Amino acid sequence: MAKITPLREAVASLVHDGDTVALEGFTHLIPHAAGHEIIRQGRRDLTLVRMTPDLIYDQMIGMGCAAKLIFSWGGNPGVGSLHRFRDAVEQGWPHRLETEEHSHAGMANAYVAGASNLPFALLRGYTGSDLPKVNPNIRFVECPFTGEKLAAIPSVRPDVTVIHAQKADRRGNVLLWGILGVQKEAVLAAKRSIITVEEIVDDLEAPPNACVLPYWAVSAVCPVPGGAYPSYAQGYSERDNRFYKAWDPIARSRETFQDWMQRHVLDTDDFAGFRRVLAESMKEVA
Amino acid sequence: MSSTETTTATADFTATEIMTVAASRLLKDGTVCFVGIGLPSTAANLARLTHAPEVVLIYESGPIGAKPTVLPLSIGDGDLALTADTVVSTPEIFRYWLQGGRIDVGFLGAAQVDRFANINTTVIGPYDTPKVRLPGAGGAPEIASQAKEVFIVLKQSPKAFVAKLPFVTSAGYLDGGDARAKAGIPGAGPTAVITDLGILTPDPVTKELTLTSIHPGVTVEQVKAATGWDLKISPDLKTTEIPDAGALAALRDLQARTAAAHGQAGGGEG
Repeated sequence: MAKITPLREAVASLVHDGDTVALEGFTHLIPHAAGHEIIRQGRRDLTLVRMTPDLIYDQMIGMGCAAKLIFSWGGNPGVGSLHRFRDAVEQGWPHRLETEEHSHAGMANAYVAGASNLPFALLRGYTGSDLPKVNPNIRFVECPFTGEKLAAIPSVRPDVTVIHAQKADRRGNVLLWGILGVQKEAVLAAKRSIITVEEIVDDLEAPPNACVLPYWAVSAVCPVPGGAYPSYAQGYSERDNRFYKAWDPIARSRETFQDWMQRHVLDTDDFAGFRRVLAESMKEVA
Repeated sequence: MSSTETTTATADFTATEIMTVAASRLLKDGTVCFVGIGLPSTAANLARLTHAPEVVLIYESGPIGAKPTVLPLSIGDGDLALTADTVVSTPEIFRYWLQGGRIDVGFLGAAQVDRFANINTTVIGPYDTPKVRLPGAGGAPEIASQAKEVFIVLKQSPKAFVAKLPFVTSAGYLDGGDARAKAGIPGAGPTAVITDLGILTPDPVTKELTLTSIHPGVTVEQVKAATGWDLKISPDLKTTEIPDAGALAALRDLQARTAAAHGQAGGGEG
């Protein structure tokens, strides 16, 4: 049952050390504000799940939140590497990061299987790839009807899924649109969910086939306008490509990364505070 | 076109431009194309803006029939969704549209390829202790196996064209010959690798990549030097048609619009 609550309280009560946590959003609607709050509250030993780790997982990995990463594409879209992710994999900094690596098709199917209450996902996939050699969770089964060899991977069943969406109504029904990624499946696959939204409205005005998550299927709804930044919310904001580029030199060295995180995330109270300090520091650079 | 015009014209485009135009020409009008971000997206949109207005561009983030006005920086730019015929979820893209067998051409980039057009985008060096950790698979393994055919576009260098891949992320022809079909992979596989030096196509029997077209002004020695194995040269080696003025103008216009919109040409997945 959705509780409309400040993000800080939602993270405090729903995200625990050692949890399997999925923050989803395919370039669009990435829940950056919630990621920052998880960092501020110092969560540790998380198994992070996400198709495209992006800047938010670079930050969470670099700040030591993650013990393991389950993913299918780890880069800074349009820019290059995720340096903190690479440093963790290549040098074990700030500590060793276990990885479980898939393809997008595999991950998408694993979320669908999780939402469908199935133990594993079945797909035509991974044939000829070396991924099954390095990931024991990619196996092959025989079709009981034709004998065809098909790929099988365990369902993704997060303890908590976190997403960002455009709107919720006062009961906590959530509406999202545009590039939907795998968010609906990720929420329905999880035991608990946190959804940050651009705004709370009286009426969602959603057409009958719109992507709506009913209030009784989500745990917490938290108003955080702009909470996807530097990702975006269609109809509300645009992706800040400049910040994606600016992140590259910040994340390149451990020192600049730590200083940046201290000033912008640890020393700010919430996402509004982060945006204010970021606006100041972007001015300094300009 | 006379040889004099050809010579004059070769000075008027860059190696990247002829690569992009040559790649775009391979896309026929009406083709349903699953597009990777970066060079493939540039070539596919150029095709749409020139000779193939009815090409259907599908991005793994969900847009079907995207008609972006500028090149996307990321796979999920808002313009892709706003200009698409419809936007579906990521599971639907991979389950109904790709696995469902509806994709004619998968258009991919790569960090490395080998002589049988297998693709690496995962690691350089050993998997557990990589020298360089690359972004990984994304949608490529299933695009490479399930699209009816695949085009690969990347710049040619000894670091990118290697005799043995440290990691096969996405299958080309595996060990060559009929290995791909024997592994039960449905699509035909990579039918062209377009580079800044020429076009490589698989030998019909051995499936080894062979230089079948060389860009004007490039020598066979240059292409061999940029390849990490003893590259086979087709006895019928052709010279790539130079980019026509209309395609070049459309490409430059697209890139200028893109630069004005977000400061650089489109780049990565995500």
